[in-house]
Amino acid sequence: MNFSDLIFWFFAAVLVVAALRVITARNPVHAALFLVLSFFSAAGLWMLLYAEFLALALIMVYVGAVMVLFLFVVMMLDIDFEKLREGFWKYLPVAATVALAMVVEMVLLITSKGFHLAEYAGGVPAAPSNTKALGMVLYTEYLLPFELAAVILLVAMVAAIALTLRKRKAVKSQDIAAQLRVTSTERLKIVKMASEARIEDAASTNEGDKA
Amino acid sequence: MITLSHYLVLSAVLFAISVAGIFLNRKNIIVLLMAIELMLLAVNMNFIAFSHYRGDLAGQVFVFFILTVAAAESAIGLAILVILFRNLRGINVDDIGTLKG
Repeated sequence: MNFSDLIFWFFAAVLVVAALRVITARNPVHAALFLVLSFFSAAGLWMLLYAEFLALALIMVYVGAVMVLFLFVVMMLDIDFEKLREGFWKYLPVAATVALAMVVEMVLLITSKGFHLAEYAGGVPAAPSNTKALGMVLYTEYLLPFELAAVILLVAMVAAIALTLRKRKAVKSQDIAAQLRVTSTERLKIVKMASEARIEDAASTNEGDKA
Repeated sequence: MITLSHYLVLSAVLFAISVAGIFLNRKNIIVLLMAIELMLLAVNMNFIAFSHYRGDLAGQVFVFFILTVAAAESAIGLAILVILFRNLRGINVDDIGTLKG
């Protein structure tokens, strides 16, 4: 067992334990932090696979942006998490059975001789660095998917803002543009009307009331 | 010597853990979203392991796009979560059944 094998086993163990804690943590803040830990160890494994760009992108995009967003939402909302954990123990046997069955099936399939996985040896990739090699295919062969990904991000941004934007009704605020746009005819309105005739009787009854 | 099947078994275990997480935390949307993120991580691990052991960069490009879509998904999911909380005063999955189309 050489050193990189040791690193693999270490990161794999941390990853599995952190993933288990994500789904069993009592407090979602702890779950989010364990998810950060599992992303970090996955990034370490990706480094072992010579995918340096994606490993760093995982840390920056996921740990730096998505998980911070998760933490913000968990901490901003006032939620009774104990109530949401109802049925945890009730569903544990089913969940464990399903998960174990999945693992056993996949391991049987992966380790079977007919799959010929052992033929792929891997090895250190050739000359250009991972980032350069990835950029060279990303901007030529995969240019259209790349731009579509940019559009998806833009749409997601617009959707997230549009969903959470709300106008408060009770707030009194100045609309400067509306104030500047106003003209003199809107401020002052001259009404033409006929002058009324004087009524003598009305005046005398008023005086009578006062007395 | 670490081979391709080591990585595949690891990501299978990770995927099974997140499926169990969806079973266990079926009332808490936040943990459900986290379990989905773990699933995507397992899938990405498969892609990168195959990409390395076969010497083909296409797998890494795919992971790049999966990361993009997953980031968009979690941003919109959390936005929906926030307005859901605003309207229902809670995020219990059972309460979403009261939505009327």
